[in-house]
Amino acid sequence: MSVFAFLGTLEIGFIYGLVAIGVYITFRILDFPDLTVDGSFTLGAAVTATLIVAGQNVFFATLLGTLAASCAGLLTAWLNLRFNILHLLASILTMTALYTINLRVMGKPNVALIMEPTILTPFEGMFGLPDMVMKVIFVAIFAVIAALLVAWFLNTQYGLAMRAVGSNKRMAQANGIVVTEKVYIGLALSNGLVGLAGALFAQTNGFADSTMGIGTIVVGLAAVIIGQSLFASRSMWVIALSCIVGSILYRVAVSLALNADFLGFKASDLNLITAVLVALALVFPKLRSEWKAKQAEGNNG
Amino acid sequence: MKLNSIYKAVALSTLLLCSSLQAKAVYVATTAIVEHPALDAVRDGIKEVLNESGYAGDNLKFTYESAQGQPAIAAQIARKMVGDEPDIIVAIATPSAQAAVSASKTIPVVFSAVTDPVGAKLVPTLIQPGSNVTGLSDMVNVKQHLALIKEFLPNLKSVGVPYNPGEANSVSIVTALKAAASEMGIKVVESAAPKSSDVMIATKQLVGKVDAIYCPTDNTIISAFESVVKVGIDSQTPVFAADTGSVERGAVAAVGYDYFDLGRQTGDIVVRILKGEKPGMIDVKMADGTSLFVNTKMAARMGVPVPEAVLARATKVIK
Repeated sequence: MSVFAFLGTLEIGFIYGLVAIGVYITFRILDFPDLTVDGSFTLGAAVTATLIVAGQNVFFATLLGTLAASCAGLLTAWLNLRFNILHLLASILTMTALYTINLRVMGKPNVALIMEPTILTPFEGMFGLPDMVMKVIFVAIFAVIAALLVAWFLNTQYGLAMRAVGSNKRMAQANGIVVTEKVYIGLALSNGLVGLAGALFAQTNGFADSTMGIGTIVVGLAAVIIGQSLFASRSMWVIALSCIVGSILYRVAVSLALNADFLGFKASDLNLITAVLVALALVFPKLRSEWKAKQAEGNNG
Repeated sequence: MKLNSIYKAVALSTLLLCSSLQAKAVYVATTAIVEHPALDAVRDGIKEVLNESGYAGDNLKFTYESAQGQPAIAAQIARKMVGDEPDIIVAIATPSAQAAVSASKTIPVVFSAVTDPVGAKLVPTLIQPGSNVTGLSDMVNVKQHLALIKEFLPNLKSVGVPYNPGEANSVSIVTALKAAASEMGIKVVESAAPKSSDVMIATKQLVGKVDAIYCPTDNTIISAFESVVKVGIDSQTPVFAADTGSVERGAVAAVGYDYFDLGRQTGDIVVRILKGEKPGMIDVKMADGTSLFVNTKMAARMGVPVPEAVLARATKVIK
């Protein structure tokens, strides 16, 4: 892998690290399988790109993109809580609706930012760093700060209450926790992070496209699981950062798959190779612990 | 003086060609957003032209990556390609081209099968774009289409266009059509059909006002194309289309793209750059439609004779 390819891997890994943290909040903390992210990733990108092209301030555009995605999360929560639509179905409904909304927001299937100012423009050439390195540092700072803030939040009284809602809703209610409010906040936070990732992706790669959100949930979930299987911990700080590490490792798998052509693989084999590499990453720690357990057994016997 | 500089340029490019042929293999890295028959044909067309121009076997390193439809992977592929330092990056379809262009400001990037390269911010202008990027646009070539209608109707004065003003693609085609038509002294009469149920009435509005009806690649019009054909037959106004598929459904004729040929036209640009031309000096090319479909049965029913020249050129004749 060349340096350039490696930097690209890191950059996209950090951006999708934000998605992984968002997915962690819904799937693991709230126990709410939320597929809205496939639409809110694109929504964050679409709103930000459209505002930048319209001449708005890049930071303001990124903020609004993030907030728009948060609103998508609120919509899913509302459908679920107010009308008792099954959480999975509620999120699918929002995701489907968002496809149209994204097209409407952009007014066309693709908005280009290649020659527009972006959130990265003020930092270009800072400390004499090449653009590629600067981009990675920039998104890394975003991802790590987001991870630390989320970990801090989940350790507060409010965050603990949210975790209680996810692990035992009835018990939480019996202890006087307002369940619905926690779900609203959790989904808004999760989708906001995903929308922020979309906004950053659009700006570092120069475009927002109506198809860019497809498969976001799969990538996010894979990153969460890879991270957790490598760093088994109950500390929120470790978990939040492991989401980012998982996301980077997923991108490394894609990158390795892209470089697998010397083994006789074809371009169309990419997804299968990625899946196999991710599966290996998941199976390996388990096999190792089983092997260790067996050895210990042998020693005892 | 001038002759001298031309001589120098030729000598230099020959030198470059020789050195590139002898010193090392040229490295052409191609990528597409997704694998489907049309885009694969573009890639194969590019490769054929390279082979014909002497870049084959040991002289050519030709790689191909597909982003499996995911822009995030397209971005990763773009970084990988830039890191591999090829002589040229060829990016097929808009998201792949945008990812490649934002990943490199130095390696020549040739795009293909992009409808609106200026709108996609790949190049600032179509004429001598100036950067490291140039390529081929598959925007509907309205000039070529008007020329075809004029072959059927040499006294063509006006063309009617039914279209849906809500479709961005159609609006841009109609704008381009008006510009091209005014150059040729032809009047364009528009008629709006916001829904497919409006297509029949919108087309009837045109009857008597125009010599021919031209249907752009508009999803609303195409989905109710039979109503347009019916009005054409009833009023003896020949109907032409912007896509060859509609000829089978009743249009008199259309020129369209053969994607393998789009690849060949892209390959020509790639070869020019390999031979030493600067991408910034090469105009973005509007693809020439090379497949011509003619429906002789419909021509007869709409009361227009098919010129021999058109029939001889046709790649497919529907009887």
